Amino acid sequence: MAITDDVLVVGGGIAACTAALSAAETGARVRLLAHKKSTLRQASGLVDVLGYIGDGGPSADPFDALDSLPADHPYHVVGEDGIRDGLRIFDEAVGDTYRGGHTDTNALVVTYGGTVKPTARYPASVATGLASSTGDMLLVGFEGLTDFDAPVAADHLTASGVPFDVRGVTVRYPKSFRSDAKVTRFAKALDRDESVSGGTVRSVLADTVAAEMDGQTRVGFPAILGDDHDEEVRDELADRLGVPVFEVPTGPPSLLGLKLEDMLFDALDDAGVRISSGNPAVDFEANDGRIDTVLVDQKSRLTPYEADQIVLATGGLVGKGLDSDREQVTEPVFGCHVPHPEDRYEWSDPEAFGDHAFARFGVVPDDELRPTGEDGEPHFENLRAAGGVVGGADVAREKSASGVSLATGAVAGRLAGEEATQ
Amino acid sequence: MNKSPSVLVIGGGSTGTGIARDLAMRGLDVTLVEKGNLTHGTTGRMHGLLHSGGRYAVSDQPSARECIVENRVLRRIAGHCVEMTGGLFVQRPEDSDEYFEKKLEGCRECGIPAEVLSAEEAREVEPYLAKDIKRAIKVPDGAIDPFRLCVANAASAVEHGARIETHSEVTDVLVEDGEVVGVEVTHQTGSGPYVHGEPGTVEEIYADYVVNATGAWAGQVGDLAGVDVEVRPSKGVMTIMNTRQVDTVVNRCRPKGDADIIVPHETTCILGTTDEEVEDPEDYPEEGWEVDLMIDTLSELVPMLKEARTIRSFWGVRPLYEPPGTGTEDPTDITREFFLLDHESRDDLPGMTSIVGGKLTTYRMMAEKISDHVCEKLGVDSECRTADVPLPGSEDFSVLRDYMDDFNLRSPIGRRSVQRLGSRADEVLTSVDPNPVVCECEAVTRAEIRDSLETAGTDLNSVRIQTRASMGNCQGAICCHRMANELAPEYDEETVRASLDDLYQERWKGERHAMWGEQLSQTALKHMLHVTTMNRDGDPATVDKDIDFAAFDDGSSEGGDAAGASSDSAVADGGQKRRAADDEHEGGADGDN
Repeated sequence: MAITDDVLVVGGGIAACTAALSAAETGARVRLLAHKKSTLRQASGLVDVLGYIGDGGPSADPFDALDSLPADHPYHVVGEDGIRDGLRIFDEAVGDTYRGGHTDTNALVVTYGGTVKPTARYPASVATGLASSTGDMLLVGFEGLTDFDAPVAADHLTASGVPFDVRGVTVRYPKSFRSDAKVTRFAKALDRDESVSGGTVRSVLADTVAAEMDGQTRVGFPAILGDDHDEEVRDELADRLGVPVFEVPTGPPSLLGLKLEDMLFDALDDAGVRISSGNPAVDFEANDGRIDTVLVDQKSRLTPYEADQIVLATGGLVGKGLDSDREQVTEPVFGCHVPHPEDRYEWSDPEAFGDHAFARFGVVPDDELRPTGEDGEPHFENLRAAGGVVGGADVAREKSASGVSLATGAVAGRLAGEEATQ
Repeated sequence: MNKSPSVLVIGGGSTGTGIARDLAMRGLDVTLVEKGNLTHGTTGRMHGLLHSGGRYAVSDQPSARECIVENRVLRRIAGHCVEMTGGLFVQRPEDSDEYFEKKLEGCRECGIPAEVLSAEEAREVEPYLAKDIKRAIKVPDGAIDPFRLCVANAASAVEHGARIETHSEVTDVLVEDGEVVGVEVTHQTGSGPYVHGEPGTVEEIYADYVVNATGAWAGQVGDLAGVDVEVRPSKGVMTIMNTRQVDTVVNRCRPKGDADIIVPHETTCILGTTDEEVEDPEDYPEEGWEVDLMIDTLSELVPMLKEARTIRSFWGVRPLYEPPGTGTEDPTDITREFFLLDHESRDDLPGMTSIVGGKLTTYRMMAEKISDHVCEKLGVDSECRTADVPLPGSEDFSVLRDYMDDFNLRSPIGRRSVQRLGSRADEVLTSVDPNPVVCECEAVTRAEIRDSLETAGTDLNSVRIQTRASMGNCQGAICCHRMANELAPEYDEETVRASLDDLYQERWKGERHAMWGEQLSQTALKHMLHVTTMNRDGDPATVDKDIDFAAFDDGSSEGGDAAGASSDSAVADGGQKRRAADDEHEGGADGDN
């Protein structure tokens, strides 16, 4: 017998979690069907809504800029209310581990490349290091971690015109690891405050950094300051240094992204969402324009999942919610239409940071976020899409990836839940 | 004091650096000038096949004989640049028996060890060969790293007193009283030990003799001297796969044709190639159909290529040459032999010789011949020693030790570093502590990057070709900026940024030819990391716009009124997390490999 729910959300990232939480709010019985680890491990953990439009920006107020977006942008489908609803669901899910909810205004966060980036929500560990707040800054990098070069980042920030002095230093981590140790190893040593010669990892690190300080009022590290006990690590370092300590979000594997994933899944648990993970949705059965069953490949055995309403939140090209070959771009689970230029050389621009068609690939939503075919009609009455699989937004250039996921997730989930429980 | 005769070599490819090494070892005063970095031209854009000669055993036997001789020499003197994979000439049912027999006979006539394998035996060597292949001929083909080879030749030349000058374009050939007496070079931007001139400055370099070893560009240098060198540049595409579908060089056993070879190279396979005459060696179309042709045709030999992942494609130009009047229509018919054009006997212009034609496998022999010629011209009596003296890095390349313990590196990284560095491994890998991995895909550590920076200056593309950093699956998504960071603190932040931008753009250029399937997914991730997470496209340090920092959230009323502050779902105190067993699983570019 098939597993039956009111709403089935296919996917495991921010959009899928938001859709599931939003659907659960309507009282629907919701299941999340996640294949493998989400792309959050590759994301910074920042939640951006809209930072750039065209050649302007960065924009201080993302809502102010909405009207200037192209007509087929998913923000126009969900509207400002949809975005605000997505942010509300997010804020409730993460509690006070994230900041920025007190204002509509974007913050500017220091990136590991030494630039600044406009974002709407940021982890609490990032808060005292905003480039849009003042206070001279000391950035600390580690000899064994190549992703973040603090002196280069400091000089780059200075070149960006930040309104404070920044200095960067590279120090030796108090404990030595193998040459190919992962960032998690560095974080764990701080979590457990492992013993090292001269004290413990935290105390020796604080002493090392204290010797480098020269009147700075805040100190930033790459985002490896603990995993399970991050707040404790940060507090102890801040105590010992006598100034606030913050983290600079890094690339993959991103501890901040992983922590966000954990929080979202905890929120799903709290909301009573059922979770089936580890296997991909590969096919479906439909009747009269409605999907009855989603088929999941469980070690080569197809398991049916029935639901009244389906939300497709499998991600974009990165999350493999979109697939392609030399001839075409496809949405692999339900075969939804994905517009794209015929010649694959037009999918990208010769300039690395140019205007890339692939960045906007995705399904075309109708006003209820249902993917439509070439004829503009929805493929299925009960299928909605959210997140990266939805086309029309260049989320990389706009700095809107999380916002699009939150907003479309909130709206698709709510509509699905309302339909299913009518 | 007697001053040794001076020779100026134009061209920093395999032939030019080979000549510089040879002449410097003979005691001559050598200067080499190159308009880009080393391997900038054809050498840096070939598929890395160390020919056994089998390829030319029917059509061009003199070339075939040279190949097998030099194949053996390079295994001896350049062990750290060579992987002896072996090669197969594979016959499909539609390929003629007559040609197969001619190939076998030709190999034997040219002294190339050749053995016939049945279809079953061939599939034992290469399990992914098509089910319907007929049989194969096994020959000693191999893979060679042209970058490493070139750099080792340059290093040896410098050890013997040569001056190597990269980013220095020859803008005139100096002719006085009907004789070539030197060249005028214009120094370009770039820095490092091989760059000495100020950018934009012009320098005249006089020499007793000039050698034009610029391959496909030889005609252009000839023009500067007022002589005609009828080089016929011919382009070929090469498509790189993300894994080694074959561990042996696989050739199609039929007369000339496009898309008939697969060369395993380091972690990849390279599919090649086309052969199409072009006007300008630097400006020619790079077209998608050529990539499709590689995949479609070669999957007749190895069917899994059809669905496999390519990571980029690149094009190179051959310096084909045929003596005037031969009139060959099809570039694939032009001989691969090399020609020494003495402009004194040929054009009545003493003081300069050009070398054209040939191929990487015979670079050393070409260098020997031209060095003999130069010595004769200059009245120097000195023997060539390049066939016997190993290149730097290959002196003591006998046993791979367990470098895991020696250098605190895990086995695959240690092994691959040692393969690249050869006998220089100890010296390089102990030079930096700690020595973290900078490029995970290709297992390149900081020590190797810093070592290559000593000759590359700010040119990260040169670092890339020396070390392979940024050449793996992720195409620099994870490591481009890390490589750039290694330039600090010697160079300032602006230089670091400019070098990063150059490298990133170069990686993008080739990757565009592989943007579908898995690689498009990888590209999208790369784009997200650099554009979204690092905001490199909206970087206020680069974009000419001032930011009103005060207009943005400064975090000041944080905490108190955050919408979810009352929620009890915070997990700051930890607890059991769902990814507990996940810690050692990261890395690789897309999280899975």
